[in-house]
Amino acid sequence: MSPVLRLEGLHKSFDNLEVLKGIDLEVARGEVVVLLGASGSGKSTMLRCINFMEMPTAGRIHFDGDLVGRERNGRVQYKEEELTRLRARVGMVFQQFNLFPHMTALQNVMEGPRTVLRCDARECQRRGETYLNKVGLGWKANDYPARLSGGQQQRVAIARALAMEPEIMLFDEATSALDPELVGEVLETMKGLAEEGKTMLIVTHELGFAYTVADRVLFLSEGRILEQGTPSEVLTYPKQQGTKNFLRGHGTFRLPEPQID
Amino acid sequence: MDYRWDFSAVLVNRALLLEGLQNTLILGTTCLALGLFFGLFVGAARYSANRWLHDPASVFVEVFRNTPVLVQIMWFFFAFPIIAPFQINAFTAATLGLTLNTVAFSSEIYRAGLQSIARGQWEAGKALGMTYWQQMRRVILPQAIRRMLPAFMNRAVELFKMTSLASVIAYGELMHKAKVISTIAFNPIEMYTAVALIFFAILFPATVLVRRFETSRNVRS
Ligand SMILES: Nc1ncnc2c1ncn2[C@@H]1O[C@H](COP(=O)(O)OP(=O)(O)OP(=O)(O)O)[C@@H](O)[C@H]1O
Ligand SMILES: [Mg+2]
Repeated sequence: MSPVLRLEGLHKSFDNLEVLKGIDLEVARGEVVVLLGASGSGKSTMLRCINFMEMPTAGRIHFDGDLVGRERNGRVQYKEEELTRLRARVGMVFQQFNLFPHMTALQNVMEGPRTVLRCDARECQRRGETYLNKVGLGWKANDYPARLSGGQQQRVAIARALAMEPEIMLFDEATSALDPELVGEVLETMKGLAEEGKTMLIVTHELGFAYTVADRVLFLSEGRILEQGTPSEVLTYPKQQGTKNFLRGHGTFRLPEPQID
Repeated sequence: MDYRWDFSAVLVNRALLLEGLQNTLILGTTCLALGLFFGLFVGAARYSANRWLHDPASVFVEVFRNTPVLVQIMWFFFAFPIIAPFQINAFTAATLGLTLNTVAFSSEIYRAGLQSIARGQWEAGKALGMTYWQQMRRVILPQAIRRMLPAFMNRAVELFKMTSLASVIAYGELMHKAKVISTIAFNPIEMYTAVALIFFAILFPATVLVRRFETSRNVRS
């Protein structure tokens, strides 16, 4: 079976700044991949190239074994219609939630099926309720985002992406904008999806979460994947100096296991 | 002051005045509807990063913002027919002038409204797989229009006042009817007083409504 996603020599530059310098990656169906890297290393840029929120400068992106765009004289050319259709197959969750404030939680979740997939009213309703229940917020269906906590808003945003029944979910620091006490509920929701077998590509600074949930961890540095492997290989026994420095930075202040009974 | 006010000619000619008022409303409503509709596209072009859209739209807006409406109406009535290969009556000329003027001003309101919506809203729509116009229609405009409403209502009030300028090219709106009647009845004082009162009676409640709407919005946010 072909991988859900395959990146081949992905490059991305902004003017003179080369952010991604050739990324090769395959994500298998049901796989959970966590992407780590220092601030500014290009994690967001990489995710945003995958669903063409940013246009790659060079390289190829394959979905389900099919090349996105058409190759001519060694360059890939893209048509906007194809990219629009492709984005519908990729779910994205943002750091800032970006819920639609003029719609209720339920309407937010129904919006993709309604406007993009043109599902009939019954199917929209079904998906809306199903996915809102999945993130545990069926009881908030008629509330507007302004009345929800940050954690609840992010869970609605996850439901909104899930309602498209995408083949892969991209998470860009989904918990970084949350108060510490709200992080847990969002991570729990994501863990639930991982256990259900959703294919996920996650950018996060929550190393404990990465360790528990990831099938594979990538470390991005200077526009390349410096190191990758199982959580234990990368997080516990890193080989590259860059990875070691990054992990040391994250472990500067560490709690001993809290004694709670 | 021993002027004796005599409104009898106003009353006698009320059918004519009413017809004028009707024409005023037709002209105002037509220009408002067309102006707001096309203003969206010009506003979107002004908002766009594409200079082939942005630059022509900007030229258009600046021309209409920086010339008097009266001149625009006169120009469309007297000068435009010379370069355009068709006849233009007073209504068409007035409609062209006032509509394009409304397009220019409302496009600025749209642009400011669009700019007030966070980028993340566009991105969320795009990431779901929406086309540009779906993002605009489903996500951006419903939010932006709420913020733009007071400015649009002010613009509508301005527009209805400007319709009186169409009297200079003899379009039969309220002001022109008043002018015609007053030259026959020799009562310009009462006639124009009546016209002022009619405009006031219509526009004052509208502005009160706008103000009430603005304050209720400020209280909520
Ligand atoms: N639209 C853009 N235009 C110009 N430069 C950009 C743009 N987006 C990102 N960059 C630059 O690309 C580099 C990588 O940014 P990116 O946001 O991908 O990093 P990141 O790994 O997600 O960082 P963080 O952990 O802070 O979110 C940065 O130097 C950033 O300034
Ligand atoms: Mg980032």
